[in-house]
Amino acid sequence: MSDETTARHGGLQRRLRSIGFGSGRFATGNLLRANAETTGMDPKASEPETVTTDTERTAGSTSSGGVDMATADAPLGTPRVDDAVIEARDLDVFYGETQALHEINMDIPENGVTALIGPSGCGKSTFLRSINRMNDLIDVARVEGDLYFHGKNVYDEDVDPVALRRKIGMVFQKPNPFPKSIFDNVAYGLRVQGKDDDVEQKVHTALERAALLDEVEDKLDESGLDLSGGQQQRLCIARAIATDPEVILMDEPASALDPVATSKIEDLVEELAEEYTVVIVTHNMQQAARISDKTAVFLTGGHLVEFDDTNKIFENPESDRVEDYITGKFG
Amino acid sequence: MSSGQIDLSRQGSDVGTVGDRVARYAFFSCALVTVLTTIAIVLVLVNGAVGFFRSATLYELLADTVGAGSLSGATDALRDGLMAQVTLGEFFFGTNWSPLIEPTSYGVWPLIWGTLVITVGSAVIALPVGTLTAIYLSEYADSRVRKTLKPVLEILAGIPTIVYGFFALSFITPIIQFFFPQTGTFNAASGAIVVGVMIIPMVSSISEDAMSSVPNSLRNAAYGLGATKFEVSTQVVLPASLSGILAAYVLAISRAIGETMAVVLAVGMLPQITTSPFEEMQTMTAYMVQVGISDVSVGSIQYQSLFAVGLTLFVMTFAMNVLSVLIRSRYREEYQ
Amino acid sequence: MSIDTDAGTAETTEFEFDGSAIERKRLYGKVFLGLCIAASMVGIVALIALLVDVLTEAWGWLTWEFLTYPPSQIAEHFDPENYGSLDTGPAGMYPAIVGSIYLIVLTAVFTLFLGVGAAIYLEEYAPDTEMTRFIEANITNLAGVPSIVYGLLGLAMFVRALQTGASLLAGALTLTLLILPIVIVQSQESLRAVPDSMRQASYGAGATKWQTIRDVVLPEAVPGIMTGIILSLSRAIGETAPILMVGAATSMFTPPSLTDPTGAFSAMPMQIFDWARLPDETFQHVAAAGIVVLLTILLLMNAVAIYIRNKYDRRG
Repeated sequence: MSDETTARHGGLQRRLRSIGFGSGRFATGNLLRANAETTGMDPKASEPETVTTDTERTAGSTSSGGVDMATADAPLGTPRVDDAVIEARDLDVFYGETQALHEINMDIPENGVTALIGPSGCGKSTFLRSINRMNDLIDVARVEGDLYFHGKNVYDEDVDPVALRRKIGMVFQKPNPFPKSIFDNVAYGLRVQGKDDDVEQKVHTALERAALLDEVEDKLDESGLDLSGGQQQRLCIARAIATDPEVILMDEPASALDPVATSKIEDLVEELAEEYTVVIVTHNMQQAARISDKTAVFLTGGHLVEFDDTNKIFENPESDRVEDYITGKFG
Repeated sequence: MSSGQIDLSRQGSDVGTVGDRVARYAFFSCALVTVLTTIAIVLVLVNGAVGFFRSATLYELLADTVGAGSLSGATDALRDGLMAQVTLGEFFFGTNWSPLIEPTSYGVWPLIWGTLVITVGSAVIALPVGTLTAIYLSEYADSRVRKTLKPVLEILAGIPTIVYGFFALSFITPIIQFFFPQTGTFNAASGAIVVGVMIIPMVSSISEDAMSSVPNSLRNAAYGLGATKFEVSTQVVLPASLSGILAAYVLAISRAIGETMAVVLAVGMLPQITTSPFEEMQTMTAYMVQVGISDVSVGSIQYQSLFAVGLTLFVMTFAMNVLSVLIRSRYREEYQ
Repeated sequence: MSIDTDAGTAETTEFEFDGSAIERKRLYGKVFLGLCIAASMVGIVALIALLVDVLTEAWGWLTWEFLTYPPSQIAEHFDPENYGSLDTGPAGMYPAIVGSIYLIVLTAVFTLFLGVGAAIYLEEYAPDTEMTRFIEANITNLAGVPSIVYGLLGLAMFVRALQTGASLLAGALTLTLLILPIVIVQSQESLRAVPDSMRQASYGAGATKWQTIRDVVLPEAVPGIMTGIILSLSRAIGETAPILMVGAATSMFTPPSLTDPTGAFSAMPMQIFDWARLPDETFQHVAAAGIVVLLTILLLMNAVAIYIRNKYDRRG
């Protein structure tokens, strides 16, 4: 390599790192490939630079808002997986004029827990709600890009969001059982989806799986609103799994609960992951570290910065900003 | 990428989707009824008014013209139908209203005069009383007083107008006659008083809403400068809620214009332009009732006069309602 | 906020305080407060006077017979003192009471479907466009149209054009249109009060919009909607002008029948109006008795509405 190419390559690497890029272990990234070709470098072979100068580090961690991510089309880590159930490709979400998500590229693997973490307002919930098209309910929301569920783009013209939501269940941040009996709460999804043959059996199974049955078995006729916060949330989980969806989306399900209830929910999530694909948004990093298999880190203003196995993210993240976030320097 | 394509499309047989589509159209048609109602009101009034001023109603004109069969027949029908029966000048500038009794005369001014007298008279009572009541409720009254006063006002607002008419005849008029013996059984003063009482709750509740939404920070600023409660109420709260109060006034006046049964019983059915409030008069609405209870044949000029007067009434109240909306939209700007 | 004005104190303060201006303002304030209280009393006094007047006029004339017998043209038939000596039986307002009840029931049915349906459309389906704003502005405008104009509409459209005749049907349809705007607005409020989290939970569970409305939103909004309808009906039951224009009979000997909704009908306010117009003093008493009946029914309806609202008010 000539000095010139080295310099150019070094400069390119520095610039890419400062905007959160680095290793070349992914397939997209036309910019990187194009530049690698001109410099004669094989992107797959390039090593991530582990030694960075102080200026580069500070440049990376303090460039929060004014970061140039115009060409950010792939996050760090391994956003692509083989057995993906959900795939996001260049997904942008706008609320009116504000852009809440910028070109999200990520795969969610089948079965297992995928956690979405990041500071408040970075688009984690927006991304979650894009999966089952709950954002459709917001007048000013607009989606560009693609999101595939089992290979089918859920934003295609011929896709009925109702049909989609019958395959994907959702649990919300604040428990929201209906003002109906516990039984009717769990049976609701079954009834509206026409799956209410053998409804008693299915309700019992769901309650059992949600670790709630023994607590409510003898009072299924009582109102769901009479339960404690943690029980209500487990009721909502039972409601979501009663219809046997493939994927369960959870938007900070334990943030409104006390620690005891929270740990029950966490145990439940781990159990559910054996049968369902669980995507969970949380701003509690310890929780993500404990229960998830994969973690996606969203930072400032709707950018997916890194996505990888959980232990990799928490022990040795590629991105400095992610490292700063995890070690608590900000967010 | 895992398993093959899955079907996420709309299925007619899928549970609930058919009902969903039907429901949407059903509910939209319900909302559409309201639009159709307005169109129907305007059509009915204009149709009848045309029948009053010209020889044929709008509908008859259309039917005759279209069904004439030949061009000359159609123009004949049109010309005959459009022949004037009552000129606009006679209607709007005439001062004698006598459509049911010979010799007939169709000047609408006595009716408008009657309506105006009642409206102005009731406004003189209700606007000050209502505003002061609103200030009292909003600025001075403690919660115990409010708990009594507000339900009383709500009850006042809920009493049917015919009861007010009876009240005028049996209570108010004798009292007026006690002080002014020249007062007749039917008199404008009684009607004005009773309609005034009727619209007090409207003025006070809308004004009180406007006053309550004045932020406390404004009041505190004035108190901090050493103002008394009286000054705060009249010089800070009142101007700040002015648009809401004005909107209340306009709505109340609109209600007074349209008031029917109370004025029929209290004010009477004699159309005349007189300045004495102790005499009998007739409002536009009272005339309409008079036609309603008397034996007029459909299609006669007396029948059509209903719609001509009705259209005049509708235009007046519509203008007032639009005015109040305009005032209110100005209100919103004041608090950006 | 009383500051002592201590004229002639030994301490010379730079702050010269003249309290007389404050005193004057205090006086104005007291006078103003007196005016305000007086104004508020006007309403209370008027209400008391009205109720006392009606009750004293009706005293002794409101009997069980009054409620159960048909009216008569002869004033003496209404006088309880004459009941024993009558050859035709006592007189009352029974047909009008029945007529009013039938009228309100029919109106309730029409209003329920049209009013709640329109409210559901506006709250749950309508996009935020000019068209929607126009519809809502139009509804506000309709609320301000005088009731007698609705009577004209009913006369021309239902009685004449649609040939329903001067019937219960025409009366009910006219009253429906009259109270439709308030019912729609109140139902909208009730629907709006349903927390959005419930809708989200329902959609998340895979329900369609109609399923969500039918199984989650409506059940929650029903108490508010019922309260609104009952209160609107209590306004409709006292309306005279619309049913007068549509041709309600001034006096009917037999109550109207529901099986023949196109036949003649009479209603309480119409009957009261008829009596109040008659010069005979006896009829004044009779009219007052009729008013008491009307007001009592109104009171009952309002009580039911308030009871429903309190029973189901979650925030209560």
